[in-house]
Amino acid sequence: MSTLRRRFVALGATTIAASLVLAGCAATEEETTSGSTGGDSGSTEQTLEGCDFYADYMGNEGTEVEIYTTIIDPEASLFIDSFGEFEECTGITINWNGSQDFETQIAVRAEGGTAPELAIFPQPGLLADMVATGYMVAAPQAVADSVDVNYTADWKNYGTVDGTFYAAPLGANVKSFVWYSPKTFADNGWDIPTTWDELLALSDQIASEGNVQAWCVGVESGVATGWAATDWMEDLMLRFQSAETYDRWVSNDLAFNSPEVLEVINEADKILRNPDYVGNVQAIATTSFATAGGGLVDGSCAMHRQASFIGGILKDDFGAEIVTPADTDVEGGITTFYFPGVSADSTPALGGGEFVGAFSDRPEVQAVQHYLTTTEWNNKKAADGGSWFSAHLGLRAESVADPVNKVAVEILQNASTFRFDASDLMPGAVGAGTFWTEMTAWFAEGKDSQAVLDAIQASWPAE
Amino acid sequence: MLSSFLTNRATGWEIIAPNLTITIFGLLTFAAVIFLMFVIGERSNVKAQEWIKYLVFLAPALVLLTIGLIYPAIRTLILSFMDARSETFIGLDNYVWAFTRPEILIVLRNTVIWTLAVPIFSTSIGLAIAYFTDRMKRGAWVKSLIFMPMAISFVGASIIWRFVYQYEPNLKKEDIGLMSAIAKALGVEDPPNWLLEAPTNTFLLIAVMVWIQTGFAMVVLGAAMKNIPDEIVEASMLDGASQWRRFSQITVPMIRATIVVVVTTVLIGTLKVFDIVRTMTGGNFQTNVIANEMFNQAFQQRNFGTGSALAILLFIGVIPIVIYNIRQLRRERTER
Repeated sequence: MSTLRRRFVALGATTIAASLVLAGCAATEEETTSGSTGGDSGSTEQTLEGCDFYADYMGNEGTEVEIYTTIIDPEASLFIDSFGEFEECTGITINWNGSQDFETQIAVRAEGGTAPELAIFPQPGLLADMVATGYMVAAPQAVADSVDVNYTADWKNYGTVDGTFYAAPLGANVKSFVWYSPKTFADNGWDIPTTWDELLALSDQIASEGNVQAWCVGVESGVATGWAATDWMEDLMLRFQSAETYDRWVSNDLAFNSPEVLEVINEADKILRNPDYVGNVQAIATTSFATAGGGLVDGSCAMHRQASFIGGILKDDFGAEIVTPADTDVEGGITTFYFPGVSADSTPALGGGEFVGAFSDRPEVQAVQHYLTTTEWNNKKAADGGSWFSAHLGLRAESVADPVNKVAVEILQNASTFRFDASDLMPGAVGAGTFWTEMTAWFAEGKDSQAVLDAIQASWPAE
Repeated sequence: MLSSFLTNRATGWEIIAPNLTITIFGLLTFAAVIFLMFVIGERSNVKAQEWIKYLVFLAPALVLLTIGLIYPAIRTLILSFMDARSETFIGLDNYVWAFTRPEILIVLRNTVIWTLAVPIFSTSIGLAIAYFTDRMKRGAWVKSLIFMPMAISFVGASIIWRFVYQYEPNLKKEDIGLMSAIAKALGVEDPPNWLLEAPTNTFLLIAVMVWIQTGFAMVVLGAAMKNIPDEIVEASMLDGASQWRRFSQITVPMIRATIVVVVTTVLIGTLKVFDIVRTMTGGNFQTNVIANEMFNQAFQQRNFGTGSALAILLFIGVIPIVIYNIRQLRRERTER
């Protein structure tokens, strides 16, 4: 292990100069590391053809690495496919173990002594909780260096707990999207709103015309019911308050029931609990977020605010076609516009992502960790289809097939203000607890906005 | 490809080999211990033999009980007095939390409703069906149909019933909720959103549990009814007892012990109910129960203090029922 770590350190130093100089790194000599770039050198030391790129991961034949994750089929098989070459060349078998119970089972497995080698955390809060249990190991220097080069500082921070870097970013998603049908908009002569007030005006206009419901909203999601509503709150928080206030809100330096947050929930109220826009308000709590998005495809409504990932669901389950905003003649075609800010020139972005943390520091585990941060793998994975992309700075827009994801990648790479999903960063009791349930009660029971905020604040764990 | 296959094979055997060794070693040790017991037993006096007998028969059960029940119970009790990360002692705070937070009070209230309603409904319905099908010609058919839901998992049943209660008014598509369709056919113009209306929704969830448990109650009570001697029934008939009198004064008293067993079994199962609530509402809309909230607190929000406190409350709730059950069984034995 120690030799590999040394090798990774040496490698890390060179990755800063040329972002990916993995090829030609012979098993023992370090001086060859900076020899060639891009993995296209005709190295003869390899036994398998086309494996030059993986030279640095060699020496782990016959080992297995389990990746435990929330990501299940159909996306899982795309991931497994993207590892094919790596597995073939290095002899490391990657066992993809996707489970929807990840968030509850990961703690059980770690405490039971059957922790996976790698875990893909869908939220940094859960990562911090797991680090606190002491079962996780810090990311090796090579991975940290690769992340320094390939991601913005914000992203590295999200994988860092108490100053120690644990988990490298994997996939990303952007939440600040309103989905709509370009054809419906063109047929009705509606314009894309560029400010919050314009968005409200458009909602009014659609409601008064009465042909179609303005918004489809649904927050049901099994045991996670309510998260879709927290996304609305976060997006609006980032718009009506400064990024600093947002951070204070996340850490509870700004109380959850303070006037700033009340202002935001009142803005959300203007759309979410307005029966003229959303129909039956109570039913939002029992309508699944996916079914609500499907309403866009069958023409039940004009707009649906949801993260970029919903595109894949709408395509696979509801027969939607993802088009560009210019495709105004495609029946059933949907695309997105940016969820507008208070003014046209304020364009903050809200997003999310996954982080790969390790429970083991065996060389093959570190090899997989490092491989997942490379430009090569990120472009390969994005090009493989599906609706996947990452915040990797080396990710080329042309690798991403989906027109919406292309825009998302551009937003991520250019966003001046980018903030992570707040509920994912808050303590579990709030972020995976009362924030969900109270927002659900806000719809289902018509609970007063201040009462909702008070209840969430009351549940904030005292540290 | 082939090479990786071979390496995998090798890895597989590498994993099996040590495990196999451990298994064989374990079996040999076990055999040695038993042999030793016999040798000691043979050589010692009668009194010591008696004690060895106790030890041999009780030890495995005691060891398993200690590992699987006593130790976790004590640990849970200790954790319930500690903070979220189980690091500092915080006294009764978790219990104060449980009895002061309004949403947890709803959880406790719902658990009480569940534990009252499910045993009463499933036992009485099961009893009625068992009684009426007892002498029925095609009783077996009816019984099989009623018993069928027992074979469905709680989660499966919950999904079925969620479709029944489904309500999606905001979308332009056919409503698939059976309940809404029935209500509309009966002339209700605007059926409610079934799973949302508290406290009715709790009873709609209870209906699922009753649907499953009625079959169990029916089968067990039906078997007990078969054991009632025919002479007693015939004698009562000759005396001109009405159907209701025969039921209330002969059948029920004769199978009283079985009814108690059924009620307590269903009751304990109900206290632990988790799957139905989790699948159908996720504990939202004021339908949450202790077991679900316990799981949420401990494993979703990772607060082992509050989670353990709820587990202890559940435990305390079960104890009187278990004691009653055991007493009942003892009385049975002495009566015989």
